Amino acid sequence: MKERRSVVDNALRPVRALYVAAVRPIQEAYNALPASVRRWTMPAVLLLGFLLSLAAPSLINLYWQQVLIYVGINIILAASLNLINGYMGEFSVGHAGFMAVGAYVASIMTVWVFPRMGLKEAVPYLFPLALTIGGLAAGLTGLVVAIPSFRTRGDYLAIVTLAWNMIVKSVLENLDVVGGPRGFMGMQKLTNLPWVFVWVVVTIYLLRNLIYSNLGRGILSIREDEIASSLVSVDTRRVKIVAFVISSFFAGVAGGLFAHIIQFIDPRTFSILKSTDVLVMVYLGGIGSLGGSILGASIYTILMELLRPLQVWRWVVGPLLLVLLMIFRPRGIMGLREWGFLIPKEERPAFVDALREQVRQKREPAAVPAGASE
Amino acid sequence: MQGFIQQVLNALQVGSVYALIALGYTMVYGIIRLINFAHGDIFMVSTYVAFFVGTALASYLLGLSGLLLFVLTLIASMFATSLLAVLIERFAYKPLRYAPRVSAVITALGVGLFLENFTLATIGPDPRFLPRFFTVQTYTVGGVAFSNIQMIIIVVSALVMLVLDTVVRRTMVGMAMRAVSWDKFTAPLMGVPVDRIISITFAIGASIAAVGGCLYGMVYTIDPYMGIRIGWWAFISAVVGGIGNIRGAMLGGYILGFVEIFTPVILPASSYRDFVAFSILLMLLIFRPYGILGRPVAQKV
Amino acid sequence: MPLLQIRGLTHYFGGLRAVHNFNLDLEPGELVGIIGPNGAGKTTVFNLITGVYRPTAGEILFNGHSLVGKRPDQIIAMGIARTFQTIRLFKDLSVLDNVRIAHFAQTSYGVMDALFRLPRYRREEAEIRERAMELLDLMGLADQANWVASSLPYGLQRRLEIARALATEPRLLLLDEPAAGMNPGEITELMDLIQWIRRQFNLTIILIEHQMRVVMGICERIKVMDFGETIAEGTPTEVQNNPRVIEAYLGEEAIV
Ligand SMILES: Nc1ncnc2c1ncn2[C@@H]1O[C@H](COP(=O)(O)OP(=O)(O)OP(=O)(O)O)[C@@H](O)[C@H]1O
Ligand SMILES: [Mg+2]
Repeated sequence: MKERRSVVDNALRPVRALYVAAVRPIQEAYNALPASVRRWTMPAVLLLGFLLSLAAPSLINLYWQQVLIYVGINIILAASLNLINGYMGEFSVGHAGFMAVGAYVASIMTVWVFPRMGLKEAVPYLFPLALTIGGLAAGLTGLVVAIPSFRTRGDYLAIVTLAWNMIVKSVLENLDVVGGPRGFMGMQKLTNLPWVFVWVVVTIYLLRNLIYSNLGRGILSIREDEIASSLVSVDTRRVKIVAFVISSFFAGVAGGLFAHIIQFIDPRTFSILKSTDVLVMVYLGGIGSLGGSILGASIYTILMELLRPLQVWRWVVGPLLLVLLMIFRPRGIMGLREWGFLIPKEERPAFVDALREQVRQKREPAAVPAGASE
Repeated sequence: MQGFIQQVLNALQVGSVYALIALGYTMVYGIIRLINFAHGDIFMVSTYVAFFVGTALASYLLGLSGLLLFVLTLIASMFATSLLAVLIERFAYKPLRYAPRVSAVITALGVGLFLENFTLATIGPDPRFLPRFFTVQTYTVGGVAFSNIQMIIIVVSALVMLVLDTVVRRTMVGMAMRAVSWDKFTAPLMGVPVDRIISITFAIGASIAAVGGCLYGMVYTIDPYMGIRIGWWAFISAVVGGIGNIRGAMLGGYILGFVEIFTPVILPASSYRDFVAFSILLMLLIFRPYGILGRPVAQKV
Repeated sequence: MPLLQIRGLTHYFGGLRAVHNFNLDLEPGELVGIIGPNGAGKTTVFNLITGVYRPTAGEILFNGHSLVGKRPDQIIAMGIARTFQTIRLFKDLSVLDNVRIAHFAQTSYGVMDALFRLPRYRREEAEIRERAMELLDLMGLADQANWVASSLPYGLQRRLEIARALATEPRLLLLDEPAAGMNPGEITELMDLIQWIRRQFNLTIILIEHQMRVVMGICERIKVMDFGETIAEGTPTEVQNNPRVIEAYLGEEAIV
């Protein structure tokens, strides 16, 4: 086991060295900047990103815009699944089920509900609302998995999520109002790069906020040791509900974005194959890491595009990659590590060190026994 | 009434195949606590082996009796499929034996998808027929019609299950399997060759699936994605019976056979059968996750 | 009024009677020891008190409120905390996070507060962060606040487990073999620590321990269990001279 890991690590060493060599100077130069400047870096980068996404049509061709849109949607899917599989350590294999709910509900909103309310002209502006409603519907169905998870875990919970995926697909196939197996269409092409950019930023921001809260730590503690967690007062039921509902909310949003770019959805789109794709992204990028999900989704989506000439053989790559990952690098590229800029300031080691000094200043010297002080 | 008996026979026929495949899921889970999601696809591969071997034998060895042809095809398929299963265990699962369980389950999912897509890429998506080993004969007794093929499927499956049950309960190999299942850390100290027993378990599970594959192929067409649906149904069978429990898997297989055949009788369309099967699974997992014949396991603190 | 009252507590695992007719009245501020050979049912008593298992029979009252049928997190939130026989830290998380998680029941902000970093979230998080750091400082773990829990040396891991338990602000602390795996020097430190936290945090403590030096040294009262039964009870000296206890321990380690 160990030996095999080190083979991979050795192979990756040059890549890492290159990365460090390229990034370290930038990092150092950046850290040398005054704090008042650094404060504005993030907003500036985000603004720049947004402007670029607006300008995309005149910068890159339609095909690559499309690819970037899929990258964005997949980042949302991977990050939200990571909340369950990476941060909470449960094993969901039915993410596409939630995605389907969001896709169908959001599509119904833009195709039927809004136009019938006489808001046909306003549909493009109501798109975020449609996505949110789709997300909420998906989040609600997240309870279907959250509630069994109180008692069932591990393999069995994996089967529950899988059964859920299959049930959604089967219900959609039998639901003639939304086209049954023929699928549902009529959506406008509302998903574009700026929207996707905004939703990715919102998703990552909100997930980050959750993870670095005591609720989020509750999620982590379930991964580490569920019983110990309930024995230090964590209400594991509440935590599981929060995690599953939020995870499926974002899966639903991703589904809505997806439906409004391909403009046609059918039950087969949301099969277990789709769920497996998301799994590959999560485990490739790294469990318990938002940066990992961004990385995993980007690499996998672009890789699959580059492999398009291979035709059917392309579909052999994903599963093979998944197996190799599990054997050689089960925690993925970034496993349990995070990019610094995704960590809130007050959670960084430097802040914690400062806090310690502050606490020590305040403390009046107490009678600490020999054993309690170093 | 005749209609009902007719349906029962159909349910037994379908259920037999589910039971045979369910055994593979249950045996592997029993011994290394792994949900071998690739098993349905191993079943699929077995039908392709049968297809190629059967077709080749039928064209090169003209005049061979149908029975002999069937037996040769069956043996070839069992052999090749067990080999595949043992190789998968050796190269994909064994490195993960002491890793977090999730890793192994994901690997199994990946192996399954790999087999499907690999078959698709090499052989193509078109459905195929196995050669006809036996001429179909239909008998009618008391208004109930049944074919010799149907009888072969039901009887052969029952025999295979009987043999397996005896092997696991009465032989050294069976005992060793139970020892490994009980405690894979202590069993080797007692002189049980754990690796070999695990390989044997995979081989037996796969060859039983191959029997199922050859029987199934006598009636239906085969394609690269067939393992998904049938694999899932068989898997549900195993869970319904109590995963890890051999008799449970057999029972579960027949129950799912009845679900499949009787769902369209009760609900408007056969397209609801997946919904029914997975809802049963979901309910069961919530209220009785250890299945009908399984036992709950307590967690130690 | 006793802080903890246990009446006729009995628990079966299938056919195995792990605990039978266990009774205990615990006054606030007491430090009671439970000893007994392996498999006597000591840990099971802790598991029953903290709601990990539901007792087959019997009643547990904490501050006059019944604990039977409550979930572990509810019981902990009522003011009971525990450590584990084998260390169960959140290994991949930082020392600070281990302690912060134990403030879960005291966290009252909701999901929306967290998602959007509303003022209530900021205020409570700052409070929790500071309290956790103060506790770590008191327990001599502040320098390791950023460490991953599993990278701590064994003795400090034990101490972190106690710190984490204290973070839930208990009135009753259940310690399950805290000295297991420690060398004599560490054990002496541990004994000091237990007595110190007892005073510092006003605790009532039940201590399971195999190390007789610890039990005899700091407990005022000891209960002896064997095969689920309570076979003796009394002061350290009384227990030490009880023939039934000596018999139960025959072949086990000698009582020092
Ligand atoms: N979850 C469980 N399922 C079945 N039996 C159990 C379980 N937990 C404990 N037991 C059994 O109950 C009995 C009491 O166990 P317990 O852990 O309470 O003993 P203990 O006094 O803490 O022993 P030790 O000193 O070894 O920790 C033992 O025979 C043990 O095997
Ligand atoms: Mg114990």
